[in-house]
Amino acid sequence: MTAPARSLKESTSRAVLVDRVATSALWLTGAFVLLLLGSIVLHFLLAAWGVVSPGFILSDPSDEALGGVLPVLWNSVYMLVLVMLISVPVGILGGIYMAEYAPQNAVTGAIRFAQEAIGSVPSIVVGLFGMIVFVNTFRWGFTALGGALALTFFNLPLMTRLAEQALRGVPAEERSASLALGASKWQTIRHVVLPLAIPGLITAVILTAGRVFGEAAVLLFTSGIGTPYHYDFANLSLTDPASPWSPFRPATTLSVYIWKLNSEGLGAHVREVVDGSAAVLIALVFFFNLGARGIGRLLTKRLTAS
Amino acid sequence: MTIAALHQPALDGVEIARPLAAVTAEDAVTTPDVKVSTEHVSIAYSGRVAVRDVTLEVPERSILAVIGPSGSGKSTYLRCFNRMNDVIPGASTTGRVFLDGENVNDPDVSVVELRRRVGMVFQRPNPFPMSIYENVAYGPRRRGQGDRHELDEIVETSLRRAALWDEVKDDLRRKSGLALSGGQQQRLCIARVLATEPEVILMDEPASALDPVSTLRIEELMRELRENYTIVIVTHNMQQAARVSDVTAFFTMAEDRAGYLVETGPTARIFTRPSERLTEDYISGRFG
Repeated sequence: MTAPARSLKESTSRAVLVDRVATSALWLTGAFVLLLLGSIVLHFLLAAWGVVSPGFILSDPSDEALGGVLPVLWNSVYMLVLVMLISVPVGILGGIYMAEYAPQNAVTGAIRFAQEAIGSVPSIVVGLFGMIVFVNTFRWGFTALGGALALTFFNLPLMTRLAEQALRGVPAEERSASLALGASKWQTIRHVVLPLAIPGLITAVILTAGRVFGEAAVLLFTSGIGTPYHYDFANLSLTDPASPWSPFRPATTLSVYIWKLNSEGLGAHVREVVDGSAAVLIALVFFFNLGARGIGRLLTKRLTAS
Repeated sequence: MTIAALHQPALDGVEIARPLAAVTAEDAVTTPDVKVSTEHVSIAYSGRVAVRDVTLEVPERSILAVIGPSGSGKSTYLRCFNRMNDVIPGASTTGRVFLDGENVNDPDVSVVELRRRVGMVFQRPNPFPMSIYENVAYGPRRRGQGDRHELDEIVETSLRRAALWDEVKDDLRRKSGLALSGGQQQRLCIARVLATEPEVILMDEPASALDPVSTLRIEELMRELRENYTIVIVTHNMQQAARVSDVTAFFTMAEDRAGYLVETGPTARIFTRPSERLTEDYISGRFG
């Protein structure tokens, strides 16, 4: 009983100090990231104040008056649907293969390496590749389909990799439980692994979709940069190059439109239209993310219910 | 209704379940039909032997307890009966494993069919993140059972047998299996296995994550299930083995860390007069 009484309030120990420093550093980093994001969003919201209105979103571009963005907004959504129609099924099936079936060998090692390599090819190079293949070799000219395929090429490695990770994240106990109940491997994937991987798969879809909305370089040489002044949405033809529903037509997206106006726009209201378009793009991504999360929750419910 | 041993105070640590019916000659179990057995089974993970040369028989409608120190290969051995070792990359089994005289490792055996007949309850309760109803209906649905009435009946019967029905009947479809307590979750996992109508149930330390009250409930349940099923349970808990099992097998590991069977026999004898020194040391707490 010779040791002096120790106070519980002692706060000068090294561990306490390090803990405080680490906490502050992490907190500051987080605050910095939020500040950055917040200032970008705020900048465009302020800049677009007075420009963006239902009229801006629903009207056609114009060289003289303050034009709208309807056709290019339509193209962004159209492109997204086209890319997702290919990327989501192929990416998820590829992810299932890589996570559940692929053996660890030289071939799958090479696939993984290729996934990373292609995923990090600069997008302008992917754009050139798309141009050489779809625009020139196939003689399609600038088309939505060519742009979508080039984007898919750019996106698929990421989608597959993220899907694989989402599936691998499902705990082994859940698989064991299902297999031990006499479920086959596919039944286990379909009824246990996929439903539990949905949050991760949704993240994969959102990240991939973000690249579709945001990508300009891949599309410059593949789906074109011409300003579409007006679309006749009543023309439902899937092959007529004049129809907004057809994949065989040039399709300038919102991002490409922003890039073009910003670098070579000459109209009277270029600044306002660029800021407004940027705000619309940010809102589009925001609502897409919200929607995707909502659909994810519904899917999880449905897939685990029966 | 339940076994007397459950209600005896735990005095000297180890107590004995009811004596076996035929204890005239010590090891002369009234040779009932053998339900599952292994012959010279060895299991290795990527070349490292985990279980060596185990030959063992489990009589129908009895409980075999596999006891032994950590690392003696008990759980690995348990998984050879429903071929769950197949799932582990690099695991290989040699020797023969029989279910009703049929070698479960024969190339034409359907592992899906095998696992329906040999169910398994895991150490940590692992209900699916689905409703209680869907947890129990999972096995029958995968087998193609889609009839609403039949499913309702299977779910109710299974939950009743697992002594969980009264606690969950009011929110079968609303409540997630994960919202139950640990003990309830484990009984749900047992109900889920019962719904696939197995003949053998493997239990891998089913009560090790549970509190004493839940543990007793699981043990009572095992005694009841023994009327209709053959049960193999792996346990760390010697009192549990003594309380619930009819036959006990003691595993330990050799110098090279491979698990092997030291001896097996009626639980009453293993816990009172083991023939091997290693067994005696283990059950008296001198080792392990």
